[in-house]
Amino acid sequence: MISDIKILYHQGKQYIPDVKTVEMPGIFRGRPVISRIEVDTNRLIELCPTHAISSNPVSIDLGKCLFCGECEYVCPDKISFTKDYKLSSNYRNGLIVREGNDSPIILNPSLIRKEITKLFGGSLKLRQVSAGGDNSCECELGATSNVNFDMERFGIEFVASPRHADGVVITGPITASMAEPLQICYDAMPYPKIIVLVGTDAISGGMFADSPAINRGFLDRYHIDLFIPGNPAHPLTIINGLLSLIAKRNR
Amino acid sequence: MKSISIKNNEAITLPAIPVLNYLDFLEYNTGLMGDEANHCVQYFAFQRNNVLKLICCMANDSEGNIKISSSEVLFNSPEVYPSFSNIHLSFHCFEREIHENFGLNYADHPSLKPLRYPFNKANKNSTIANYPFYQSESEELHEVGVGPIHAGIIEPGHFRFICSGEQILHLEVQLGYQHRGIEQLMISKKNLLQRNMLAESIAGDTVVGHTTAFVKTWESLCGFEASQDIQFVRTFALEWERIANHTGDLSALCNDIAYQLGASVFGRLRTPIINSFQGWCGNRLAKSLVRAGNNRFPFTRKTADTFLKVMDTYELDYLEMYKRMRNLPSVLARLEKTGIVNTAQAAEIGTVGMAARMCDIHRDIRASHPHDLYVGLNHHPITKRHGDVYSRTQIRKEEILQSLVYERHFIENIPSLSSCNRELKQPTPDTFSLSLVEGWRGEICHCAITDERGELKIYKIKDPSLHNWLAVALAVRNNEISDFPVCNKSFNLSYCGHDL
Repeated sequence: MISDIKILYHQGKQYIPDVKTVEMPGIFRGRPVISRIEVDTNRLIELCPTHAISSNPVSIDLGKCLFCGECEYVCPDKISFTKDYKLSSNYRNGLIVREGNDSPIILNPSLIRKEITKLFGGSLKLRQVSAGGDNSCECELGATSNVNFDMERFGIEFVASPRHADGVVITGPITASMAEPLQICYDAMPYPKIIVLVGTDAISGGMFADSPAINRGFLDRYHIDLFIPGNPAHPLTIINGLLSLIAKRNR
Repeated sequence: MKSISIKNNEAITLPAIPVLNYLDFLEYNTGLMGDEANHCVQYFAFQRNNVLKLICCMANDSEGNIKISSSEVLFNSPEVYPSFSNIHLSFHCFEREIHENFGLNYADHPSLKPLRYPFNKANKNSTIANYPFYQSESEELHEVGVGPIHAGIIEPGHFRFICSGEQILHLEVQLGYQHRGIEQLMISKKNLLQRNMLAESIAGDTVVGHTTAFVKTWESLCGFEASQDIQFVRTFALEWERIANHTGDLSALCNDIAYQLGASVFGRLRTPIINSFQGWCGNRLAKSLVRAGNNRFPFTRKTADTFLKVMDTYELDYLEMYKRMRNLPSVLARLEKTGIVNTAQAAEIGTVGMAARMCDIHRDIRASHPHDLYVGLNHHPITKRHGDVYSRTQIRKEEILQSLVYERHFIENIPSLSSCNRELKQPTPDTFSLSLVEGWRGEICHCAITDERGELKIYKIKDPSLHNWLAVALAVRNNEISDFPVCNKSFNLSYCGHDL
């Protein structure tokens, strides 16, 4: 008993008090800022492993970006990754960062269905489906429930059955073998339900986008409610993304 | 000469590998298994015109070398061949893959169960949805199916139990849901950075392990020798990844036996470890740290000071929590004598890494085939005897402490950034190279073959989970089904590393 109390005392207060304003420690490749100076854009475009960089205007698609930092390493005057970890958007084009644009990425409130704000504001139960994920996003999703990030204090938690869930969180590029189980899981969830994609692999397929072993047909059939980029997505990115989706909004 | 002997990370020309006829090939490689220092690290096939070339790599842990031999059989022929697995079961996973990808017919393979249902499988009619699991007609037994989507946040895989009441009599694991076609993408993506990033995605919790194996395979194809500072980064990161994952595993084990204090404390102890990775290279799981021929994020004195501070605070909290945990009878009651795999079973199926060391089999690449800073470190693998969940827990605990000792030792001598800027050349043509790395689960093996123009022709990846999944199926026998999560978690094998 005494040793338990000693442990609790030594651990102290572990939770991050404000997940929306905490500063990210160390180096973090968050939202990039692209300056307007002239560089050899073809070099940047060829360099990117997932063709996330395009020109006219120069932009980075965070849904394809693996955050490897090679573009910043090669052209630090053109591209620099800030420590801004709020990267989520509820429309696919919201993930594209254009040159000269340093504004934060925010959700488009008009695209958020009324049921989401009305029903899930205080309690969102999610079902996690790993559809070919390499376990990095799954580790980070698991970390959101630890005592440091403690996502459950906002009423967001992961449940064990699709019957109990309000939404599905998909990681991984969706392999051909997981396409049917994912569909069965989604069908088993009661309305209203949301779909959240976490990680570059889920949003665009990442390095596996042109692999014959994947089948992303599921994503063409339904409206996606939230895109959370990252490789893997940092727990702070995940929590802030989910909180912005369910936040109370003045209509 | 039946085989050619190479050291870890050595490259040889492809024609240098002796070609034997199939029966001699069978006899030679299965004969090597008579010495317990030998184990098969890779055995694969590839097609060249109408011939199927088979290459077998047998590592000898006491001599510190790998013996490579090969054979050729006709591709797509109805001829039936005797299997290696019938003589020694540890070859089973490799032969299942050869049968699945190329349709090679074996006369006497004990179980030609599909390995991962790849998109380029030989039999297009076999799908993961219609796999016939082993069944029983008895009315007293029932089947329980778990997966592919699991209750927690873990990767997909299907487990089919045959139970008598609460007791598990038989478990069959079917994987393949995570197959993304990495080996083929390694060939089709021509850019080195793309291949490097693919290697990082093989298993997201073993980023440093697999990427180190990839860069060392690539560098030996190019005849590049990594400088001291690059070797330092790789070895240090490998041990740090070991600490991070073992801590996470201890947290998950406590969670599975409902020991909340342990789960929370070990869970939060993982955070400073992986945040240190982020402070070093910008990613909590060390993605983009290890690059071929390059030191992107040099380890400086300043980096060392941050890591030392983290290690000191971590060790105090860690030891306090572990001491409390192992003194609790309620914890020990769940962990001891649960999920036992005995030494004979483990040796028969050819387990590697922690799943071998937990029953007294000394398999550790850091000791037998050292590379980078492990050379001269004189590493002694930690082994346990009982083969139960508690043995696997104890190995994790002791390996964390051992890794902390190594990290502190490495930090005493940080090499400065190499001043000679040696460029990475193109790979040499017609070359075979192999790299063995001890990831935190066990031995990782990458093999590469280039064609006559120096282009990458074949890339074979082996994660330790390929060998160890059968150990999970054996461990749960005669345990209660409620102990399945703790048995599974005590191994914590990779689904995506198996499925590629």
